Amino acid sequence: MPMRKVMKANEAAAWAAKLAKPKVIAAFPITPSTLVPEKISEFVADGELDAEFIKVESEHSAISACVGASAAGVRTFTATASQGLALMHEILFIAAGMRLPIVIAVGNRALSAPINIWNDWQDTISERDTGWLQFYAENNQEALDLILIAFKVAEDERVLLPAMVGFDAFILTHTVEPVEIPDQELVDEFLGEYEPKHAYLDPTRPITQGTLAFPAHYMEARYTVWQANENARKVIDEVFEEFEKRFGRKYQKIEEYRTDDAEIIFVTMGSLAGTLKEYIDHLREKGIKAGAAKLTVYRPFPIEEVRELAKKAKVLALLEKNVTFSVGGALFQDFSRALINESEKPKIVDFILGLGGRDVTFKDLDEALAIAQKALNGEEFNEVNWIGLRKELL
Amino acid sequence: MAESPFKADIERVQKEYSEKMTPGAIATIPGSSVINKTGSWRVFMPEFNRDKCVRCYLCYIYCPEPAIYLDEENYPVFDFDYCKGCGICANECPTDAIIMVRETK
Ligand code: SF4
Ligand code: SF4
Repeated sequence: MPMRKVMKANEAAAWAAKLAKPKVIAAFPITPSTLVPEKISEFVADGELDAEFIKVESEHSAISACVGASAAGVRTFTATASQGLALMHEILFIAAGMRLPIVIAVGNRALSAPINIWNDWQDTISERDTGWLQFYAENNQEALDLILIAFKVAEDERVLLPAMVGFDAFILTHTVEPVEIPDQELVDEFLGEYEPKHAYLDPTRPITQGTLAFPAHYMEARYTVWQANENARKVIDEVFEEFEKRFGRKYQKIEEYRTDDAEIIFVTMGSLAGTLKEYIDHLREKGIKAGAAKLTVYRPFPIEEVRELAKKAKVLALLEKNVTFSVGGALFQDFSRALINESEKPKIVDFILGLGGRDVTFKDLDEALAIAQKALNGEEFNEVNWIGLRKELL
Repeated sequence: MAESPFKADIERVQKEYSEKMTPGAIATIPGSSVINKTGSWRVFMPEFNRDKCVRCYLCYIYCPEPAIYLDEENYPVFDFDYCKGCGICANECPTDAIIMVRETK
């Protein structure tokens, strides 16, 4: 029987790692994800997880150890956030380029300066070009489930890419919710043993990994990472379907809420989706035709699903906790790319909000709604809007 | 210069070296390093004086490449396909049988 326990997303991530049975976990503690490796080290110390737990002196070493272990052919896991993920940056490219299915749990946190330990998505968003798959959890259950899903997708022979699963700092990492822990046997059946076919350490079948590529080969090597990302689209759908069959919880790349007759669809990721659904109910009571959509998968970017979503609305209002300077938010860029050649497309309005742990309230969403309504009515509107700014400080 | 003892390997790898991209750009046929000739970035090259050599093999042991092998009479022979010109052999040689000279060609 699956067990229900009240826990933080950090604990849920540690439980997911335990269920996935990685052979090597290398981690360096960083707020707000410290509890993930702490809990895993307890599992290992108590003999509940048969794995090598490597204590390292930095996140750069943590991911390097994971690359080494994964290249030797075992399932590998780590957790980090913010500056820690940024410190992993160069190795993230290496992990993707070497096609190593490592999974990282990330407690999404703002980047310095100024130092800020609270939530936004700038850390993972900044790594969107590394080739890693990216999933975003709305709640603690999703944090657990998406890590299992991430392993399954990452290790698929058609994909073989590393994956990160983001869950919002403090809003999820440190907040308790009931989480269903699936049975070990079911997870074993779902994930199976990781059988490395391309990257392994075996003196009887010698290979060279981490090779040098001259200009004659580098582009082709990068293209295989591109192709693997493209392949991941289909594999993710298949894995979502299988997960639902086995565990009963349904996942989609884009999850919609009351979008059927919506004129304005708000789009977001992570825990903000919870607030947003409440807000949509509130708008519907007032007779405003609004809906919500949540991206569970951000890389590969769900281009087809975005096009389908766009057909349903006159305005897409993007709510994002990150900045791409001089452009707006990263989602704004991605949505623009997905829709640029569509003959009929909704207006896209971008909202940057909730940076560095700033609460996103109904008042902020009202501010966004007012601008989205201007776009709906054909009035002039700002394409990029910073919501909830304390103008008195500027 | 005597012929490299790796000649057969070099030919095998050149023949078999896969042109197809593998996942992770992994080289599935080991030994590709023998076809990537690392001697091309050399600025200085070792010049060997056989008369001074006492066949102590320090150069042979210390060469990091290893680009020195021994001929039938156990004198060092330098493989300039891979010698990177680091000068370690010249530095280690107790009799100054090796000196580093500027690469001329
Ligand atoms: S110069 Fe360096 S690489 Fe060349 S033979 Fe001497 S030790 Fe080896
Ligand atoms: S170190 Fe000098 S003396 Fe010794 S084997 Fe080499 S060249 Fe000869």
